[in-house]
Amino acid sequence: MTPEESSAPPEDGLKALKRDDKPVICVGSATCGRSAGALQVLETIKKELSNRRIDAEIIQVGCLGLCYVEPLIYISKPGHPCVCYRKMTPELAKELINDYLVNDDPRPDLALGIMDGGKMEMDNIPSIWEHPMLKPQIRIVLRNCGLIDPENIDHYLATDGYLALRKALQMKPEEVIDEIKCSGLRGRGGAGFPTGIKWEFCRNSPGNEKYLICNADEGDPGAFMDRSVLEGDPHSVLEGMVITAYAIGASTGYIYCRAEYPLALERVSIAIQRAREHGFLGKDILGSGFNFDVSIKQGAGAFVCGEETALMASIEGKRGMPRSRPPFPAVSGLWGKPTNINNVETFANVPVIISKGARWYNRYGTEKSKGTKTFALAGKVKRTGLIEVPFGSTLRDVIYGIGGGIADDKQFKAVQTGGPSGGCLPAKLLDLPIEYETMENAGSIIGSGGMIVTDEDTCIVDFAKFFITFTQQESCGKCVPCRVGTKQMLNVLERITNGEGKLEDMDQLQRLAMTVKNGSLCALGGTAPNPVLTTLQYFRDEYEAHIIDKRCPAKVCKALINYYIDPDRCVGCGICLKNCPVDAIEGGSRMIHVIDQGKCTKCGTCFDVCPPKVKAVIKVSGEKVAVPENPMSIVDYKKSKKSKESEGVSE
Amino acid sequence: MRADLEKILKSYEGKKGVLIPILQEAQRKLGYLPPDAIKEIAHFLEMSPSEVYGVATFYAQFLFSPPGEHIIKVCLGTACFVRGGRKILETVTTELGIDPGETTKDCKFTLERVACFGCCALAPIMVVDGTVYSKMTPAKVKKILKLYKEER
Repeated sequence: MTPEESSAPPEDGLKALKRDDKPVICVGSATCGRSAGALQVLETIKKELSNRRIDAEIIQVGCLGLCYVEPLIYISKPGHPCVCYRKMTPELAKELINDYLVNDDPRPDLALGIMDGGKMEMDNIPSIWEHPMLKPQIRIVLRNCGLIDPENIDHYLATDGYLALRKALQMKPEEVIDEIKCSGLRGRGGAGFPTGIKWEFCRNSPGNEKYLICNADEGDPGAFMDRSVLEGDPHSVLEGMVITAYAIGASTGYIYCRAEYPLALERVSIAIQRAREHGFLGKDILGSGFNFDVSIKQGAGAFVCGEETALMASIEGKRGMPRSRPPFPAVSGLWGKPTNINNVETFANVPVIISKGARWYNRYGTEKSKGTKTFALAGKVKRTGLIEVPFGSTLRDVIYGIGGGIADDKQFKAVQTGGPSGGCLPAKLLDLPIEYETMENAGSIIGSGGMIVTDEDTCIVDFAKFFITFTQQESCGKCVPCRVGTKQMLNVLERITNGEGKLEDMDQLQRLAMTVKNGSLCALGGTAPNPVLTTLQYFRDEYEAHIIDKRCPAKVCKALINYYIDPDRCVGCGICLKNCPVDAIEGGSRMIHVIDQGKCTKCGTCFDVCPPKVKAVIKVSGEKVAVPENPMSIVDYKKSKKSKESEGVSE
Repeated sequence: MRADLEKILKSYEGKKGVLIPILQEAQRKLGYLPPDAIKEIAHFLEMSPSEVYGVATFYAQFLFSPPGEHIIKVCLGTACFVRGGRKILETVTTELGIDPGETTKDCKFTLERVACFGCCALAPIMVVDGTVYSKMTPAKVKKILKLYKEER
């Protein structure tokens, strides 16, 4: 790997986070950091610094992507490297201030790594860029995430921010479009349409008034790439938007962002203000005579609004229902005017391509899928977080290399990519290179970048039902195949998970899925069957186990499982009996407890509350366990067991 | 209510595509969208109330009855689902005795089921009045709910 190919920032890349005159403490306070307790850590640091009268600068940075060890803080002392500390708590933060800021012990035991690029080392703390989660990454979109203060435009400027805009404004719009076309950049929202060609359509559409929309309605459950970019580096998206607007000739832009992302909305709105003050937005941008301004439109909670025609209807104040294409938005979009819509991540790529050139960019990736892709890696992997890899990396590289493999020593079952529009891929496809075409040929899609890993504890039929439940609820209801088809698919899946499935159900599901796929108006319906189709293709045995053996191999589907109390392990403590919400457990002090199978609702409470040392409650599917019919004293049970055993062995 | 609403409407005069932002702002101010507010908004935009309802009911964000004092949102996005979000929802449902979309009789809690908060790496997630709680377990749910139940 050449130095250029490392994800580490250049040696002066952290200059925004370092000062010669006083220490700088950064707290990773994106939504994920906050949910792990970053704000409490921040408060403690502020208090502790003021109590001890230490003069230091505190900066809130975005997400570095190592979500599994949040909250993160970094400390840079003058003349020292910047050290990243993991899993911070208010107590540990106090210790660090005492040990490292006041004294000189950098506490290697709490450190994750040194943030500086180059070969900075201290007290055997390794470089964070050698960390197995970061090392394989190429961070283009995430270049600044976690490394700058997203609310401070000077930080963005210090990393050569808005230089690409200056460069673009000296080029002809057509040259900008050519550069993007040459880079091979494809839409990162999911469809993968070549971005430069999309821009060209819009540029060539007749009309003086054109619109540019940034799709930040990241609706896929299990995806948080766009949120992280908007929270961690909003100016990169704005800069990308201004360059795009210049290329296509738009003067008005919208960022359509979902209301579920309050922090992203706040940071984008601050970024827009600052960009206006600096002349990057508004009239006569940087003296070029080009005018463009952006406003924010808040989504109101409809998944279908991620579809471009639905999104535009929503901006116009209507129900967010898609319409048929053509006409394409490039010809007739928002309010009937030519409109170009790109996703957050697509825009974030643009400034880098303009600065470094298409040829630099398209060295990364494969023949047809150029550059890098961010993924929200979550589910049952050891290291969850936000990552960015070049196209052509394999699923195994991501799940086992970056993600560290499956958590709790469980077995890998499937990886689900592309959200409700994508599919579930099995272990035999782990070596599949991640590209638009390969993923699609396997039945899934790259989509916007959600990547959820499941293990043996996930029931694949139940998982397919989860996605169809979602798309069925989110179907806008306009076209019949999607509205009725998803409901019918859900009915069949419910039947199967309830243990009432018939063999012909699998064929019926397949037929329904193809009808919905081929007959739906928009991509929501067109891709909704993918989770079902891929699970039928790769995990047919699990469907058959439910239908033929009436067994749920993952022991998830309630109708197909039973809980029993193992008489050999029960100590008669009564905890399960006390906690059972439906009084289905009988027993008494020093008695073996018994679950009344007729009353049991299979909520699993007894399974969860039985002390780990005892582990008497067992969950089974499709098998019977021999237990006493009624509670009996543990002493009697042991005696009768002994006598039964001795009957078998004659003296 | 009237004065609040009038102020909101005034700020949108002469602009296009404003129905959804108006509904959002009205709900932020009023807590929900009462029938009178819908009528008023419809009148302002020269639409029929049924058209306004048509748009408002399309989006999950809008409420048509007053919510409880605390709004509890349980995430059932893919990552939360895989990591046991359903159990979290069941625990809240049992603890509060209400289903998603409902409000407790004492108007203290409203329970909502949400498709994704984007905190997938720290799943499962529960949000109470905007505070995000991560890596939830049934025991943690009970503890957090107790805090809100006991406050005065």
